[in-house]
Amino acid sequence: MKPSSRLPLGSSQPSSGPHRWRAYISVIVASLLNTLPFVATIPILPPFGLMVLMSWRLLRPDVFAPWSPLLLGLFNDLVSGQPLGSGMLLWTLCFLAVDVIDSRLVWRNIWYNWLIAAGAIGFCLSAGRLIATPLGAHVDTALLLQIIVSIALFPAVFRICARLDYRPRKL
Amino acid sequence: MAPPRNRRPGFSRRAQYGLFLSYVVAIGGALIAVVLIALSQLNAPAYSALRGAVREVTAPISASLGGVRRGITGVPSGIGQYFGVVSENQRLKKQLRQSGDLVQRARTLGRENARLRRLLQLRDRDPKTVAAARLVSSSPGSTRRYAVLYAGSRQGVRKGQPVRGPEGLIGRVLETSPNTARVLLILDPESIVPVQRTRDGLPAIAVGRGDGLLDIRSADMANAPFLAGDAFVTSGTGGIYPPNIPVGRVTRNSRDSAIARPFAGPDSVDFALVQQIFMPEAPPEPEPTGEASDQPS
Repeated sequence: MKPSSRLPLGSSQPSSGPHRWRAYISVIVASLLNTLPFVATIPILPPFGLMVLMSWRLLRPDVFAPWSPLLLGLFNDLVSGQPLGSGMLLWTLCFLAVDVIDSRLVWRNIWYNWLIAAGAIGFCLSAGRLIATPLGAHVDTALLLQIIVSIALFPAVFRICARLDYRPRKL
Repeated sequence: MAPPRNRRPGFSRRAQYGLFLSYVVAIGGALIAVVLIALSQLNAPAYSALRGAVREVTAPISASLGGVRRGITGVPSGIGQYFGVVSENQRLKKQLRQSGDLVQRARTLGRENARLRRLLQLRDRDPKTVAAARLVSSSPGSTRRYAVLYAGSRQGVRKGQPVRGPEGLIGRVLETSPNTARVLLILDPESIVPVQRTRDGLPAIAVGRGDGLLDIRSADMANAPFLAGDAFVTSGTGGIYPPNIPVGRVTRNSRDSAIARPFAGPDSVDFALVQQIFMPEAPPEPEPTGEASDQPS
């Protein structure tokens, strides 16, 4: 196999159409996990939509335009029960923050990715709690648990996205 | 790995403007999102229409997945039931003999109660059940507690109607779409249910805590302590919830405000009943003695 026959991760090959759709659809499917058939009494489900979105952003910055988290966040708000607009705002802010970090950081390895995603998850969940729920509510313990579980699960989500991203291609 | 620099558009003016414009769109969209969040406090009808449209698509999928889940989780208990049936039969027969005289006494009491009620000319409003449907999904990722009911305006479900399970109150309808409805659970931090203690009718309110429990707060000036085991039912105050639906049981002795466990676990309920909004009629006016008695009593 020639070295050029397979693209290394993060190469500057621009994304093709179907590839981009794969990313969008995976985020939407992850958001739809919110409609799993059970009635939760505490916040328990990790924000899979955000986790998939961040994975794609960290893996392949060219897949999403800077404004695409607006639409994906809007869809997530429609199914997640959060106030409409919170996902739009918070996800877009996360994207912009990653752009800023990318402009400062020269090298990013899996630990940096995990750290950035952990920051995004923690920020989105706690800010979402502040937007959605009155301050006096006793949701913080469950929320902390949800954040920890989500951060712990992030590498698995990242791996699934990398798997979706991978395609051998002949040049 | 080194971050790929795909965003850097090079020297092409057009690409530079395009990138700049996409950031402008992103930031402008974020500002619009702030406005949307502010508007969502007002519960705009456009939002419920949007959410309803999405629910119409997701609810059937959730419902069928729920059927699969129930089928799978039902297998072990089904096997257990098959083998436990003989011993259960013996136990139940014994129990039936024991409770026979209790039923007799209850029947007598019931007849007496009906007779006394007729004497008092109390008019009972029997809250009619509008629909029976499953709760198919919820908001598991959010700190708010909503559920999706698989029955909507086509089945007669309207905004504000109370939703109950066999064991107790579950919540009330917030939004409806043709075939689905969004239910605010009583566990939600913004849900308030007027309740009373079964023991002595002490008025209180049950506020959701957000962690699956309820806060019972005394609505009375009197300093009444709550005891562990105190049961609370809806009082009918406010006109939404019909009276005497079980709400919760206090878990620990406390004053002023107590933690209660709800009777109806929305995660275990098979079918939820949507009832009509309860509107108590004006209380019968005390008839002044000696004055005109032309009012029908």
